[in-house]
Amino acid sequence: MSEITQVQITELLCQRLACFTDVDTEISPETNLITHLAIDSVKLLNLIMEIEDQFDISVPLNALVDVLTVQDLANLIYKIKSSS
Amino acid sequence: MNLLEKLDAAAAARKAQLPEGLGAFGIPIEESYSATEARIGERRVLMLGTNNYLGLSFSPECREAAHKAIDQEGTGTTGSRMANGNYYGHRALERELAEFYHCHECIVFTTGYQANLGTISGLVGAGDVVLIDGDAHASIYDGCILSGADIIRFRHNDVADLEKRLRRLGDRSQNALIIIEGIYSMLGDQAPLAKIVELKNAYQSTLLLDEAHSLGVLGKTGQGLVEKTGMINEVDFITGTFSKSLCGIGGFCVSNHPQLDQLRYISHPYIFTASPSPATIASTRAALKLLHDGYLLREQLWKNAHQLFSCLKKTGYCLGPEPGPIVAVLLDSPKQALTLWNGLMEHDIYVNLVLPPAAPEGKSLVRCSINAAHTAEQIDRVCETFSRLYPAVV
Repeated sequence: MSEITQVQITELLCQRLACFTDVDTEISPETNLITHLAIDSVKLLNLIMEIEDQFDISVPLNALVDVLTVQDLANLIYKIKSSS
Repeated sequence: MNLLEKLDAAAAARKAQLPEGLGAFGIPIEESYSATEARIGERRVLMLGTNNYLGLSFSPECREAAHKAIDQEGTGTTGSRMANGNYYGHRALERELAEFYHCHECIVFTTGYQANLGTISGLVGAGDVVLIDGDAHASIYDGCILSGADIIRFRHNDVADLEKRLRRLGDRSQNALIIIEGIYSMLGDQAPLAKIVELKNAYQSTLLLDEAHSLGVLGKTGQGLVEKTGMINEVDFITGTFSKSLCGIGGFCVSNHPQLDQLRYISHPYIFTASPSPATIASTRAALKLLHDGYLLREQLWKNAHQLFSCLKKTGYCLGPEPGPIVAVLLDSPKQALTLWNGLMEHDIYVNLVLPPAAPEGKSLVRCSINAAHTAEQIDRVCETFSRLYPAVV
């Protein structure tokens, strides 16, 4: 898991996000989590907890302030994973 | 979307969730008759949605103390504790709370919300870490945001999940503040305090316990979960509120760490607000004595809580994990919760309605809270009404 790339994280996020949204849309790195997928704060936090377990990291809630798109989230996870 | 359009969008979303005129939120209470009854519109309603756990809101001792304080000290202090608002009563209440918890230090805040905001933002800052339970109250989340610390959320009451997150922190766990609650406000369940204390010690972290809903409710003298579990010396900081069992408004933090006193000089929610009014402080001091000696009130409270919990369980409702003064009925959809809430109001019973995303796990809640002044007959009436409404709801 330590060798995982940003692209792989993005792909994995796109797959997982499909289960967390009721919106029928194709999910890409540019997809906005709130405006495109209508994911509310509680769903987003639950998704984060799943991701944390998968990568054995902890994502601080305050770091999510700058996360708007799938790519932003992938970048954040990659950064935390790389420094852990 | 401009600023005002954002508010319009929020209003539209609220209207879509709640039919026009339902008024479940912010319902106008026209008159309060007692600790258990009030008038809503033209209805005399049984109040099953307050935080008045010991039923002290009309106690003669508290009312008399408040009257006397107004007559002697006026209606308000008009200033901060740091300036002209540091009265004898504030300092006396701090001494009495410290004594009640057998602690050296106590700070009184103007509200319970500010007690968490001021304590958390005073204790941790940028570079530190807070680990908070997923079901923590908004005042805890907001205090963490104000602090600038890294905020890590663990699964509700899940000790293994907390340990996993402490382990991931490495050496940073020594600069971590774990924050939990004695009784959680939504489901009414209690924190696994002894196990969390073990973790806190193993990882050399610091523990803050919010006893907002457990003060007056748990323990022989009503200290809360710390007393029930015998953990008073293991918890670093205890916060609480005057607005529930003590029937006033305000909050506090107690600790045996002498450094707590420094918060008076750095905590904005303590400094930049007016201090509690003399009447509030006086009634809280009187209520604290009644709470301390209120073993029989606690006994009655728990008797009532068990009566309601077992009856609703028997009827078939899905409830929170354990009996307690907060009995949460969990429903799959807002529509079911609204049907039940409306049905109870039509039978002159007021409860709290909690809809997603405020309720845990995407559920909707009809949240009942019991107090020591409820009679067995009143609880029976509630049980019968819930039972009658069951087929239309589930």
